[in-house]
Amino acid sequence: MPSITREEVAHLARLARIELSDDELDHLAPQLDQIITLVGQVSQVAADDIPPTSHALPLTNVMRADENVPCLTPEQALSGAPAAEEQRFRVPRILEED
Amino acid sequence: MSDLTRKTAAELAELMTSGQASSVEITQAHLDRIAAVDGDVHAFLHVDTEGALAQAKAVDSKRAAGEQLAPLAGVPLALKDVLTQEGVPTTAGSKILEGWKPPYDSTVVKRLKAAGIVILGKTNMDEFAMGSSTENSAYGTTHNPWDLTRIPGGSGGGSSAAISAYEAPLAIGTDTGGSIRQPGAFTGTVGVKPTYGGTSRYGLIALASSLDTPGPCARTTLDAALLHEAIAGYDPMDSTSINQPVPAVVEAARNGDVAGLRIGVVKELGGEGYQPGVEARFHEAVELLTKLGAEVVEVSCPHFEYALPAYYLILPSEASSNLAKFDAMRYGLRVGDDGTNSAETVTSLSREAGFGAEVKRRIILGTHALSSGYYDAYYGQAQKVRTLIARDFASAYEQVDVLVSPATPTTAFAIGDRIDDPIAMYKNDLCTIPSNLAGNAAASFPCGLADEDGLPVGFHVMAPVMRDDLLYTVGAALESALAEQWGGVLMTKAPELEVTR
Repeated sequence: MPSITREEVAHLARLARIELSDDELDHLAPQLDQIITLVGQVSQVAADDIPPTSHALPLTNVMRADENVPCLTPEQALSGAPAAEEQRFRVPRILEED
Repeated sequence: MSDLTRKTAAELAELMTSGQASSVEITQAHLDRIAAVDGDVHAFLHVDTEGALAQAKAVDSKRAAGEQLAPLAGVPLALKDVLTQEGVPTTAGSKILEGWKPPYDSTVVKRLKAAGIVILGKTNMDEFAMGSSTENSAYGTTHNPWDLTRIPGGSGGGSSAAISAYEAPLAIGTDTGGSIRQPGAFTGTVGVKPTYGGTSRYGLIALASSLDTPGPCARTTLDAALLHEAIAGYDPMDSTSINQPVPAVVEAARNGDVAGLRIGVVKELGGEGYQPGVEARFHEAVELLTKLGAEVVEVSCPHFEYALPAYYLILPSEASSNLAKFDAMRYGLRVGDDGTNSAETVTSLSREAGFGAEVKRRIILGTHALSSGYYDAYYGQAQKVRTLIARDFASAYEQVDVLVSPATPTTAFAIGDRIDDPIAMYKNDLCTIPSNLAGNAAASFPCGLADEDGLPVGFHVMAPVMRDDLLYTVGAALESALAEQWGGVLMTKAPELEVTR
């Protein structure tokens, strides 16, 4: 039994907001199955008493002083926008019809 | 004047200080070289002729006015296209960012500019730094200057190929799993991954935030150290930046004394799957270091074999989250905005059109690894393996000062060889990944050519966190001993590229 099915890959693509074609699904699903088998090896080691590491070095949260500092102008911030209107990002409609 | 493109960065700096050459002359020589050979090599995605010459002219004026300049002022550099440079196209090798001009400079670029280093242009890379060959670039593959039918390594293949083709004396790369060191090994050049947090990630288009590290690429150890010093150090704009002085890397590169240094050969990084010519050059280099007075022992790091599977869970998980920002709303490609499609549909269509196959593979893998029901088995377990790898390093560093291994199991492979076999491609990074997971400093230095194919082999050195200087100590010792044998650094053995006029 594969570690991941074609249907599961299609579902994950929807979650990740990628509109995959049928050809891509045919190609990706078996590759992902192989990769997941490989990465599944991590379950062979690391017993319950091993703490997880999310980050290589010890970290403490960093805050900067709450002061105004220079930032992008509206023109700069909108300079890469696919569409802009009235100094704002113009986006497609957010709500579904009906 | 002999060919300016053959000089090291240190030599070019000296020529400018002594008034024998100007930055404009040096920059123009490299722009001419790019025009002559980059048609075949394809190291650059964008050449900023005007901007580079303007920067060079500014440095020359400052020098003429008697201003105090930084050591590398006026020296040209190639910049990996994953770091933002204000007003200059930045794509990260992806169609989704085609034509994007960032409105701000990354910290690395700010520091390069402050040091008077001239940025020639942006170099090719695997899309969003996902890959080991540049074949995942949306803009075509870079060719290895040692053999144009081979890949130059990746993801920073463009940066390493640029210096190996004498298109620039210096380059910037970024290393998440080996993307500076592996291309360095494949192109006979030096590639250094500083300690994680030793160089700033601000303005680096993120792949995996807990692993990404910018660093220097060069043809000599000293040049790499000079560039390292120019870009490293604390940055309040990066929340994981280390607030400590930069290790004395330039001093280490000038001294290069390994007498009494304890070197551990990692037992697990060798043997089956390693090319004989790679192992032969590696062991000769270890012997050479022994002759120079280093104490060499074998060290075991039993969990390194699980580094690759852990990495391919941690990286896609972080990447799937980081790349969610490409939603077609604020910048980048937008597809299907025809007035009938919803924002969500437009996002999905844009990501489908803008991302390449490897990026989709890894986003889906990361989405899977982080989804409820699988999180503990995959991502949670991978984080525990990360702990075990860090412990392997810690116990090794109780016995030795640095660890060494080959930088890669093989030399550069042929273009097309592994493109449809992700697992074979991933295995390129077996030796380099553990240092990303543990955050320590690591580098690849040229140590000869493999007998089978005459291609460069990289010698990999791993040093404890914030002991980046030890990398340069070993690199410099090896480089000068080998250069004595060869009558020059390894790059002097590279074949001449055909020049188009």
